[in-house]
Amino acid sequence: MFGFGNEYEGLAFWLPLIWAGLIAVAVAMYVIVDGFDLGVGILFKAARSENWRDRMMFSVAPIWDGNETWLILGGGGLFAVFHVAYAVLMPALYVPIILMLIALIFRGVAFEFRFKSERSKFLWDNAFFFGSLLATFFQGMVLGAFVQGFANDGRQFTGGTFDFLTPFSVVTGISLICGYGLLGSTWCVMKTTGELEIWARRIAVRFLIATIIAMGVVSLWVPFLGRQIETRWFSWPNIAFLAPIPLITAYAAYRLFRDLEEGRHYRPFFLAITLFLLGYLGLGVSLFPYNVPPNLTIWDTANTVHSQLFALVGFAIVLPITFAYTAYAYYVFRGKVAEEIQGGGYGYH
Amino acid sequence: MELDALMLSRIQFAFTIAFHIIFPAFTIGLASWLAALEFNWLRTGNPLYRNLFRFWVKVFAVSFGLGVVSGIVMSYQFGTNWSRFSEIAGNVVGPLMAYEVLTAFFLEAAFLGIMLFGWERVGDRLHFFATCMVALGTLISAFWILSTNSWMQTPTGFAIENGKMVPVDWFKIVFNPSFPLRYAHMVMGCYITTAFAVAGMSAWMLLRHPHDAPEAKLAGSRRSLSMALWFAAIFVPVQIVIGDLHGLGVLKYQPMKLAAIEGNWDRMSNMPLRLFAIPDEVAETNHYEIGIPKIGSWILTHAYDGVVPGLKDVPKEDRPPVWPVFFSFRIMVGLGFAMLGIGLWSLYLRLKGTLFTNRPFLTATMLMTPSGFGAVLFGWFTAEIGRQPFVVYGHLRTADAVSPVAAGAVATSLVTFFVVYAFIFGFGSYYLAKLLRRGPDPVEDIRGDDIAKKPKRPLSVPDEGIEGRPGHRAQPAK
Repeated sequence: MFGFGNEYEGLAFWLPLIWAGLIAVAVAMYVIVDGFDLGVGILFKAARSENWRDRMMFSVAPIWDGNETWLILGGGGLFAVFHVAYAVLMPALYVPIILMLIALIFRGVAFEFRFKSERSKFLWDNAFFFGSLLATFFQGMVLGAFVQGFANDGRQFTGGTFDFLTPFSVVTGISLICGYGLLGSTWCVMKTTGELEIWARRIAVRFLIATIIAMGVVSLWVPFLGRQIETRWFSWPNIAFLAPIPLITAYAAYRLFRDLEEGRHYRPFFLAITLFLLGYLGLGVSLFPYNVPPNLTIWDTANTVHSQLFALVGFAIVLPITFAYTAYAYYVFRGKVAEEIQGGGYGYH
Repeated sequence: MELDALMLSRIQFAFTIAFHIIFPAFTIGLASWLAALEFNWLRTGNPLYRNLFRFWVKVFAVSFGLGVVSGIVMSYQFGTNWSRFSEIAGNVVGPLMAYEVLTAFFLEAAFLGIMLFGWERVGDRLHFFATCMVALGTLISAFWILSTNSWMQTPTGFAIENGKMVPVDWFKIVFNPSFPLRYAHMVMGCYITTAFAVAGMSAWMLLRHPHDAPEAKLAGSRRSLSMALWFAAIFVPVQIVIGDLHGLGVLKYQPMKLAAIEGNWDRMSNMPLRLFAIPDEVAETNHYEIGIPKIGSWILTHAYDGVVPGLKDVPKEDRPPVWPVFFSFRIMVGLGFAMLGIGLWSLYLRLKGTLFTNRPFLTATMLMTPSGFGAVLFGWFTAEIGRQPFVVYGHLRTADAVSPVAAGAVATSLVTFFVVYAFIFGFGSYYLAKLLRRGPDPVEDIRGDDIAKKPKRPLSVPDEGIEGRPGHRAQPAK
């Protein structure tokens, strides 16, 4: 099947496949949900007033913590079932991951510290903005480095500290800033009212254009990384199945543009998510079944069957419950954020 | 000591986890404390409890935020700095940690939002449910991470294939020998840490006001102080018993850690209880030793002539560093007995009716605010340094677990973490101090307004900024 992993049989074949799907879902969840709240941080500096910043922050304050938990699940899940991939990738990505974590620390504490400060408020405005911006940039670099691949001996990383740093990974870093900016601005369109909403629409259009350009540049660049990814896309019959991906992407982008113009509230955000998922699918098609490109597959890096099964039982039971109460938490905070945040202080806990 | 990637990674892990553990140790206890306060508010309708909840939830939010951001760092360091550990022990340790994320972190995170921001949106009962779920999440989280740590201390239920540890019996892995008592010891430690933090902060708030300040201003701090000290008086003795039982497990499963704790070089019966000594690892002996004859053997084996293992039983390269383990343990125990003293003193003052007015006692309690954090940290130093030179006791050496990363990269990240954490911790403490300076809202402001009625906006009265500008005093909830 797929022409990959055929030397594995039974559970040893299927379990890594199921797990790859589950972790792909966790990473997609992360990219979407933390994508929009990092995106709100990226817009933060451009917001025109204290009141705007308060409202923007308030729109994500009750849920950011849960959003970031998907990042821990991505790392934890990789450790749980593809521990060899975890062991190779983490040292290879030492520098961007540590920098991303530090950036996330600054923006995370800003949620609590900002509303408890007065004279030092500017400090946490900046921590929130730069933290979000840099965390996004380094995540994008991690993505770029991942597509490039890693030197390894099948067990451990064998390359150098700065292998990750290339023009390509810088471009993917900037691309992700555009993408999260789009998610963040369409989130603001959905969650805010008045002038702030109108402003968010304008910003969203700009981020949309930037995102489309970024997707184009990255898509054209990938074949030149010399990994025969292009043969997968352009050989028959693959091209017949894969051609819809860029076509649907183009249509979603057009629809998003029109929706922003027509004053729709909810759909732009969900179309932005659709764009993300399409890009993600495209990447998945390019890289499958390698989770340590260019040479280690999900089967090469998987835990023992016994270990994968133990984790799978728990995931099968708990993940649906997790989705349910996470959805409930979103439902509780549905609707637009009030324009006047109460009192001179804040309707904060 | 050579500052290579191994040593730097060890320092970085020790520093980041020591920093991290402060916050869970506090929030595990605070979450349950908040659930207790809210329960009392719903049960009695006494606004005193609601104001206390609203006050301590802010303290909780700051601490929890710091715990989350410093915790994400931990979940990646196993890979960035300890990739050979991940490769060799990943089959066992990986799933345990994934279970923590899945069963605890999401639960905490989802209900934390409702607990902090959603009271008026979901109503009393659901809000209380959310508070309980957050508290439950902290306990589940502790369950998995302590199971993982305990497995590294007393590994069971696995086999070794192709140089890797593979799981054989998950029940034996999760409920490994040192886990049940370590879990009990740690959770109790967290609760006691919170009790002393709450008592100490409340004592400070009481000390700031004169005795004859209006009752309404003092009532909240007094209730907090009283509840926390009841807890301490009852459970510190319990903790001492749990700790003693836990120590018996160390004797059985980690004899070299025990020998280092006791500063015992030669295997012997009739071992003294060494109160003080300067262990000398080169000469393999102690200097300036002060001990009580035979009591050491009696505590550990419940027989005066019980045999206790000595460090010289194994070659030097298999021994943990002695003096850090020896002193950490004594500091932890010393703090524990100081806590016991405060607990007994509080009972005596209750009988005399001067618990809230005895200034030497309030001062002592205030000074004990960080005592729980100290005991937790030094307890962990004992447990983790005592496990050396192994990362998985008896099976995988720390030196064989480190990532193939450059020393320069680790040195840079270590310095960065140090600076960033100092900055964040400094501001966190500053904002916490500001919160405490303001204290809980006085009860009189809302008396007669809604004691019987349900509050509609319990968490969102104006003036939530803690700097409470003039003219913005808390308004009655409408």
